[in-house]
Amino acid sequence: MKQLTLAAVLALTANAAVAQQDTITLGMVLEPPNLDPTGGAAAAIDEVVYANIFEGLTRFGPDGSVRPALARSWEVSDDGTVYTFHLNEGVTFHDGTTMDAEDVVFSLDRARAEDSTNAQKALFAGIASVEAVDPLTVKVTLAEPNGNFPFNMAWGDAVIVAPESIETDATSPVGTGPFTFVEWVKGDHVTIARNDAYWGDAPALAQATFKFISDPNAAFAAMMAGDVDAFPNFPAPETLSQFEADPRFTVIVGSTEGETILAMNNKQPPLDDIRVREAIAHAINRQEIIDGAMFGFGTPIGTHFAPHNPDYIDLTGLSAYDPDASKALIAEVGGVGPLRLMLPPPTYARRGGEIIAAQLRAVGIETEITNLEWAQWLEQVFKGKDFDLTIVSHTEPADINIYARPDYYFQYDNRYFRMVIDELAVTSDPAARRALNHVAETIIAKDYVNGYLFQLAKTGVANAKIRGLWENAPTQANDLTGVSWAE
Amino acid sequence: MLRYALSRALSLALSLLVASAVIFAVIEVIPGDPASYMLGLNATPEAVAALRDQLGLDGSLLSRYLHWLGGMLSGDFGTSYTYKVPVSELVAQRLWVSLPLALYALVLSTLIAFPVGLIAAARRGSVTDYGIMGATQLGIAVPNFWFAMLLVLVFAVNLRWFSAGGFPGWDAGLLPGLKALTLPAVALALPQASILARVMRSALIETLGQDYIRTARAKGLSRRQATTRHALRNAMIPVLTIIGLQFSFLLAGAIIIENVFFLPGLGRLIFQGITQRDLIVVESLVMLLVFAVILVTFLVDLAYAAVDPRLRRTA
Repeated sequence: MKQLTLAAVLALTANAAVAQQDTITLGMVLEPPNLDPTGGAAAAIDEVVYANIFEGLTRFGPDGSVRPALARSWEVSDDGTVYTFHLNEGVTFHDGTTMDAEDVVFSLDRARAEDSTNAQKALFAGIASVEAVDPLTVKVTLAEPNGNFPFNMAWGDAVIVAPESIETDATSPVGTGPFTFVEWVKGDHVTIARNDAYWGDAPALAQATFKFISDPNAAFAAMMAGDVDAFPNFPAPETLSQFEADPRFTVIVGSTEGETILAMNNKQPPLDDIRVREAIAHAINRQEIIDGAMFGFGTPIGTHFAPHNPDYIDLTGLSAYDPDASKALIAEVGGVGPLRLMLPPPTYARRGGEIIAAQLRAVGIETEITNLEWAQWLEQVFKGKDFDLTIVSHTEPADINIYARPDYYFQYDNRYFRMVIDELAVTSDPAARRALNHVAETIIAKDYVNGYLFQLAKTGVANAKIRGLWENAPTQANDLTGVSWAE
Repeated sequence: MLRYALSRALSLALSLLVASAVIFAVIEVIPGDPASYMLGLNATPEAVAALRDQLGLDGSLLSRYLHWLGGMLSGDFGTSYTYKVPVSELVAQRLWVSLPLALYALVLSTLIAFPVGLIAAARRGSVTDYGIMGATQLGIAVPNFWFAMLLVLVFAVNLRWFSAGGFPGWDAGLLPGLKALTLPAVALALPQASILARVMRSALIETLGQDYIRTARAKGLSRRQATTRHALRNAMIPVLTIIGLQFSFLLAGAIIIENVFFLPGLGRLIFQGITQRDLIVVESLVMLLVFAVILVTFLVDLAYAAVDPRLRRTA
């Protein structure tokens, strides 16, 4: 009998050892301020809830393509103004209430309402009306045709929420996704667990924990000590080679939607003179910045467009590193006085800023560096437009249309460019869109609106046995639906 | 005694009122709008205006100050702009990490400092004394965040005895909770223990030179007996003062250690509150810490008066 028990115990432990691991702990640098993606811009919100807890009519795939989500299909009217979405059947929110056309109407109307605090309200600006045709059909009428509408609906800010639970979504989110919210220990972690009533394919993971570690050294130690299984946006790139050499880990390098630019105040003399902006563009050695500030991670860009986008054209030649051309232009305008370079906190800005200051000095432009916190930067640079130069990464996908806003912080005002963007907004034919994108990319590159530096890389570290993490970041998310542990 | 206590209480209330006005003014003056921080680069001006309205940021400075003050008096510290939960709830959660951590570190530092200080004083001038003085000098000089990283590298990354940081919550049990706080407490305790040991040593050396010790020795007590029965007790006064000061320091001053070990404590809450312009959280938290420090001072004042009757008359 005793032997039998022992055998049973052995068998049990052996079983436990073989059993597939189905929980994961992910590290994140920033804690989300709240968990409602429709009420704040913080990327950390989407990094927890996008595709895991909340879903929209459409969603982004790992390659950035727009895929069906709550809407299994959709049609566009011939004039391009009416979108009819067909919803999946049998979808419920985590609180058990049914998700139907009325919830879609509620979510979209709420996002575009006058008192809406949606951080991407512009996504909904073109909507004239939303109506529920029947419980599984929604008709969205646009004021003007918008070929990008399904793309807009894939953003985290456009997820479908329920009127029953919207009040508490910030602290205890209720969505339709494959994971349900379990707990949030503020300052430490958020835990989510598999939703057994999910309408789609069940995820392989039973539970996931997002742990918030902002200090780069602490992040390194947490990975090395095995406290965290994966750190998709790892904050200490200088240690990546150490992880690469360690067979326990894999290093995942991908691209993001972050165009990192040296933004120039186009209305502020002397930067209102295109020759000065061109001189600055030619003074910049992009590779030196990527190597010096980003440990070699990053792709040079010549315009405000992501290199992995099929519509991208390489225009880096227009602003190639050419200090002599730069000096000639500066001589032509009779010299450029000291410029104020305002730097927000991220490493790319602080380290990159110092390198750029040195590069500008080499061609005879002095800069005066001021380091700002994000909140100060938003107030003084972004809102107050009180700056000459600044460095920032624009992480929203396909956001070249910001150059069509004359009151945007870099104050670029070109009527012809705005016409191209207006045309782009109403064009849905891919070939025509590509041609228009090429025109738009070229205009801003030739106007030297900003110094285009590099596309921000996504550098992550993970346990070598984890499969299915996103390599690229078409939107800021940690989609766990396809993540699993290898044997 | 009662009159003394009342006058101290009145000055406590006045200090708090002045502190609240200063805190509010300083924090409201910092540039940076909480609403535009929360909505980011692509937000429309209307959305920012709508959020400012919701957060109640549009009233006059005075009316917002009075509203805040009135709320605090009735125990309502407001709602965090970013977390959207009551500030009191946030603070209570964090206090359950910071308070045990501060106590843990204080106990550790006392446990280390007492014997070390005692030995150094008893063997004054010996090699042991010089060794201890050198070591405590080093303990004060080493930055605690650096020492913390060293602890993590040795005990978490290499030996894997502890987690590199984080806090499982007291729900996970007393032992896992204490285990998670051990490395941070050691990192915090080292410099405090060094200071305390040096204070202990010099206080003891001073009392050992007093006449009453000579008298005690003369009536036949051994050196050890004289030290433990008479000198130690009298040396406690400066030591206890230092311990009191260290407690407020440990409660409020663990910002860096809490970041190194990613602990969800008060220090990290203040840090996050400032960067995210969660003004209401910062204001209430700083106010709370001011209150704690003033309260400790008040209690110490009362204790002094209880010990030393001369103080009651001068007040």
